[in-house]
Amino acid sequence: MSGAEKIAVKVTEIVPVNDLVTRFRFERVDGGALPTFSGGAHTVVEMQDGEITRLNPYSLMSDPMDPSAYTISVRRDDKGRGGSLFMHQKVQVGDEMTISYPVNLFPLDLRAKKHLFLAGGIGITPFLAQIKQLERLGGHWELHYACRTPALGSYVDELTAHHPNETHVYYDDQDQAIDLKNLLDGQPLGTHVYVCGPKGMIDWVRSTAQAEGWPREMVHYEEFLAPQPGKPFEVKLAVSNKVIAVGEHESLLEAIERAGVDAPYLCRGGACGQCETDVIDYAGKFIHRDHWLEEEQQASGKKIMPCVSRFEGRTLVLDR
Amino acid sequence: MTIQFNDETFRDDYTFRNSDWALKRFPFPFHEDSYMYSVNMEQHRGGPEGSVYEKRFDVDEHYVSEMRDRAQVLSEDPLRCQSLPHMTLAGWDVLELIMVSKSEDYPDLFELHRDGNRWRWINKPLGIDDTFTFLDEATLPYGPLEYITRQTQGDFAVLDQRDDNLWMDAGMVTTQADWSLDFDIGMNFFEWHAPVPMAHEKGIFVRALKFLMNIQQGAPARRLNWTMTVNPLLDTSPENYHKWGIQKTTLTPENIGAKQHLRVELQTFFRLPRSNALVFPIRCYLCSFQDLMTVPKWGRRLHRVVRDLPAELATYKGFIDNRPLMLDYLSGFDDGLPTSPGIWPDLETEPPLAK
Repeated sequence: MSGAEKIAVKVTEIVPVNDLVTRFRFERVDGGALPTFSGGAHTVVEMQDGEITRLNPYSLMSDPMDPSAYTISVRRDDKGRGGSLFMHQKVQVGDEMTISYPVNLFPLDLRAKKHLFLAGGIGITPFLAQIKQLERLGGHWELHYACRTPALGSYVDELTAHHPNETHVYYDDQDQAIDLKNLLDGQPLGTHVYVCGPKGMIDWVRSTAQAEGWPREMVHYEEFLAPQPGKPFEVKLAVSNKVIAVGEHESLLEAIERAGVDAPYLCRGGACGQCETDVIDYAGKFIHRDHWLEEEQQASGKKIMPCVSRFEGRTLVLDR
Repeated sequence: MTIQFNDETFRDDYTFRNSDWALKRFPFPFHEDSYMYSVNMEQHRGGPEGSVYEKRFDVDEHYVSEMRDRAQVLSEDPLRCQSLPHMTLAGWDVLELIMVSKSEDYPDLFELHRDGNRWRWINKPLGIDDTFTFLDEATLPYGPLEYITRQTQGDFAVLDQRDDNLWMDAGMVTTQADWSLDFDIGMNFFEWHAPVPMAHEKGIFVRALKFLMNIQQGAPARRLNWTMTVNPLLDTSPENYHKWGIQKTTLTPENIGAKQHLRVELQTFFRLPRSNALVFPIRCYLCSFQDLMTVPKWGRRLHRVVRDLPAELATYKGFIDNRPLMLDYLSGFDDGLPTSPGIWPDLETEPPLAK
C-alpha cells in the first residue's frame, strides 16, 4: 500500500470560519489517542465522492501535542475538481472518514534562534500548529500574515488576541503589504524564514531573500498544489500492461490508482517527490505543474509527477 | 515469558554466553550463500514469535549486563553520549517511544503511568522507579536521551532531517562496530558514510538516504548489518582500538571457535513525532563461531560467505588478516550440500553435517 499509514476518524465538529473557509475536527473512531506530530505536518484526507476516491492533503492546524483531536481548515475552491466542495457540501458531523498519519514536509528548523513566518491566505494553517508548538517549547517567533480582506482573514482575531506583539496582519483591499526587504534586513542572526501561501508569494519571498544574501537553507517554503482539471487523455502503463483513461476532473495519479495499480505517493501536491514516474514513450506535450522536477527534467520528456501534472497528445507510455 | 538475565562480562574475563534460547533466535544475517551490499530494508512491525523482530525494542538475557557495561564505558568516556542543543526535543521523543513500547511489549518488566505530563517509569530488571515531568529536563538525572538509553540495549543515532539530508546531531554509542559519535557528531549522511568502500560507487547511499528521509510516523523500518569481532566485546570503538585491536592477533586454530564472534546489528528506523527527527537504534548481537556451527545450515553458509567476500569488504570489516584461519575452521562445517533460502535456522528440515 502506498502513502502513509491510515487512521479511521469521525468528524466531531464543523465550523464555518468565513465565506470561503470551513474548519473540521477529527477524532479517532475507537476513541483512542491520535499520534502527536510536529508543526507543519499535513494529513491526507480520503473522500469517497460517488465513484471517485479523492485524496487531498491538508495542513494540521491543531496543537501538535494534543492527541485528542486533529483540526484542518479547508478553503472552498469553486473552480477546482471538487475535493474542497465535497468537504464543504457533503461532509457532516458524525461522518466516518479515513485520514493518513501526519507527514511533515515543512518542519521547523529547531536550530533557529528565531522563526519568521510569512503567510498568505489559507497558507496560515501550518503556522497555527507551529506557533502552538513554539509556545509550548518557549521558541521565539513572529508572524506576518497577508489576507485579501478583513472578512476573509481566517484566525486573525484569535492570533491578535493571544499574540498581539508577534502578529502582524496586512489586508490587500486596504493596500497593505509586507515590507519584505526591510523586514528581512532587520532580523537577528540565526533567524529562519518560512513562507506558505500562493506561488507568487513564495517566489517573491525566496527571490527577495536570495537577493538580500540569505542562505538557501534558512528559507523554508511549502505550497501544496491542488491538481487542476484538464482535457481527458489516455495512458499506457507498461509494467502493469494496462491502458487507462484520465478523466477531465481526475489526476493522473488518481486514474492510475483507480485502475488498481499501486503507485507511491505522500503529499499529492507536487512537492515531496514520491510519485516521480519514468516516461517510456510519448508523442504530445506535458503540462508539468510540480515543484519537484528541475526545469531540465521537465523539459526532457523523461519524467512526470502524476499527482499534479497532465498530458495532451496522442501517446504516453509510463514505467508503472 | 520471563527472561532469566545473565550475570556476565563483555571485557577482561569475557564471561558472556548465549543460552540455547539466545542461539536459536540469533539474527543470522545471510539469506543466501553470498553477501553484497544492498538497501535491504523491510517494515519493522513484528515478526515470528520469540524472534528478535517480534518487539519494537528487543529485550533479551544480556540486558542487565549490557547496561552495566554501558555505564562503565560512560564513566570512562562521557562523550559517548552527546546531543546538540536543538536535539533535546528529539531526546524526549526517543524517551517516549521506548517507554511506551517497552511497557506495552513487556508489561511484566516495565511500567509507564502517565498523568498529564507527570510520568512514573518503573524498570524492574534494573530496579528503577522514577517520577518526572515530561519535557522538563530538570526532573531527570540525565538528559532524556541519555536517561532512557542507559536503560535500553543497542546504540542510538538520532538524526535531524533538514536541507534534504540527515544529520548526526545526537546519540548514545557504546557498543559500536568501530565508529565514533564524537567524530561524526554534526556530520551529514554522506560525510559519516565516507569511509565505507564500494557502496558509494554502487549508488547505495543516495538510494538509502532517499528511503530514510521518507520513513513516516507509524511505519518504522529495519535491516541487518554484520561484522566480525574477536572476543565478545561490545565496545569496539576507535577510542579504545589500542585495547581491542591487538586482540585480533590472538586467534589460533585451537581457540577460534570460542573467541571469534559474528557480530550482527539489527538496525531499526523510527520517525519521531514532535521533532520530525529520525531515531536509528543499532542493536548488537554476538555469537561465537562454535555456537553458530551447531546449526548445520549456518555452518555451511557462513563458510561460503566468508570465502567469497570481496577483499575490500573483508578489509573494511577488519578481518582480512584472519580470513585464512577462519576458512580453515569454517570449511570443516561445509559439506557442500545446498542450503535453504532465508536466514532462519531450519533445524527440522536441513540435513545434519555429512562429513
